[in-house]
Amino acid sequence: MGGPVEDWTTDYDIFDPAYIRDPYPVWDELRQQCPVAHTERWGGSWMPTRYSDLFDIARDVQHFSSRNVLVAPAGPPPDHEDAEAMTAFEVGAPPITSDPPVHTWARRLLLPPFSIKAVAQLEPETRELCRSLIDGFLDAGRADAAADYAQQIPPRVIAGMLGIPKEMAGTFTDWVRGFLEYGLTNADIRGEAARSIFGFLRERIDERKEQPSDDLISYLLGSEVNGRPVPEPHVLGTCFLLLVAGIDTTWSSIGSALWHLAQHPEDRARLVAEPELMPIAVEELLRAYSPVTMARVVTEELEYGELRMCLGDKVLMSFPAANRDPEKFPDPDKVIIDRAENPHIAFGVGIHRCAGSNLARMEMRVSIEEWLARIPEFRLEDPDAVTWAGGQVRGPRSMPVVFP
Amino acid sequence: MRVRVDGEKCQGHNRCFAVAKELFELDEYGYSHEIGDGVVPPELEEKARLAVANCPERAISIADTEEA
Repeated sequence: MGGPVEDWTTDYDIFDPAYIRDPYPVWDELRQQCPVAHTERWGGSWMPTRYSDLFDIARDVQHFSSRNVLVAPAGPPPDHEDAEAMTAFEVGAPPITSDPPVHTWARRLLLPPFSIKAVAQLEPETRELCRSLIDGFLDAGRADAAADYAQQIPPRVIAGMLGIPKEMAGTFTDWVRGFLEYGLTNADIRGEAARSIFGFLRERIDERKEQPSDDLISYLLGSEVNGRPVPEPHVLGTCFLLLVAGIDTTWSSIGSALWHLAQHPEDRARLVAEPELMPIAVEELLRAYSPVTMARVVTEELEYGELRMCLGDKVLMSFPAANRDPEKFPDPDKVIIDRAENPHIAFGVGIHRCAGSNLARMEMRVSIEEWLARIPEFRLEDPDAVTWAGGQVRGPRSMPVVFP
Repeated sequence: MRVRVDGEKCQGHNRCFAVAKELFELDEYGYSHEIGDGVVPPELEEKARLAVANCPERAISIADTEEA
């Protein structure tokens, strides 16, 4: 335990800094030598890296529960006196942390506001937001494409959907990083972040109960399940999910896409010349730089191939590794910007397919379009200076770029 | 050629709709269904194949019209 990894098949460390920076050689090795690897680190887990295994496990919700989707240890249960922490502990983040039957209605509730049609209504203001961000640094000839741009977009979009002032965006970002990034390996930081988010959302819910509006919180409060209002703790948990799941995931994707484009002038030129390629390019960038790894919990002792998995074992759903599997994708490490056949599972597969996938795609497409429209030529200032976060969500956190 | 979405498998990725709006329609939850009887005009056959190839759930199937 601890120290540098010597054998990735039996002792992998998803928080190893070199792995976070460049996980691809590790996945290649694991797929060939040990397609379902194991580690005792961070509470212990299994990690499949082949597309076929990820596909099968994600769809087997009977044996692989979503009740804990965090890739790091859960930490001790909260103090019963701490009401906000107990609520967070008990309600989770439905439906991402739900199994059927709750999952079925909880997901149905959430899908209409994230349909292609609903998301299209948010496009003009998202475009406007991207333009104003670019206005802020265009003349300087340089920017941090992760911190000054990618990171700024999703929190404002989701704040708009929840009917919360966009000035809160910076605070949201800090909370979400506290929960999913800094706090991932530190239960105290994570608990504090969850407590702040739940406390804040509880106040917003109380406000909407007094004075409903046309935002998502009001929509959830006004919805019914089996003829009765959706229970308020459930609304709280779902709002928590919307805040946590919609922010650093999407900003990581936007950041990775710009990281790629900064180093590939031929792809930039192609997208500028053939803007109709953009939706296909977005899928390819999602495949090649999938940000999200989720976890599952084994529900009963079972044989998986030659492996024996036990009740409570954690399985890390490395969708990013699946999307680089040469068995599924020819030339998987090459970004083929017009790749026509691309059944990637960056948004997962099965009943937990990311409910926000249409929103994420729209934000990616619009943010890249607006960037290329104003900054068609740019490059990394210093490739070695780019910093990455990883574990649950992988993407660049600081990425200085320069443009003439 | 005829195209069909298996409603039990579709999870609303909307990839088929993205490549072939002429052949698929979405309900308010984002689940896909083939339009009408699913018959694919010859000029859309390539799009139908792409819809099959891009569906992560393997929910879309193609049959020759005679067999369908």
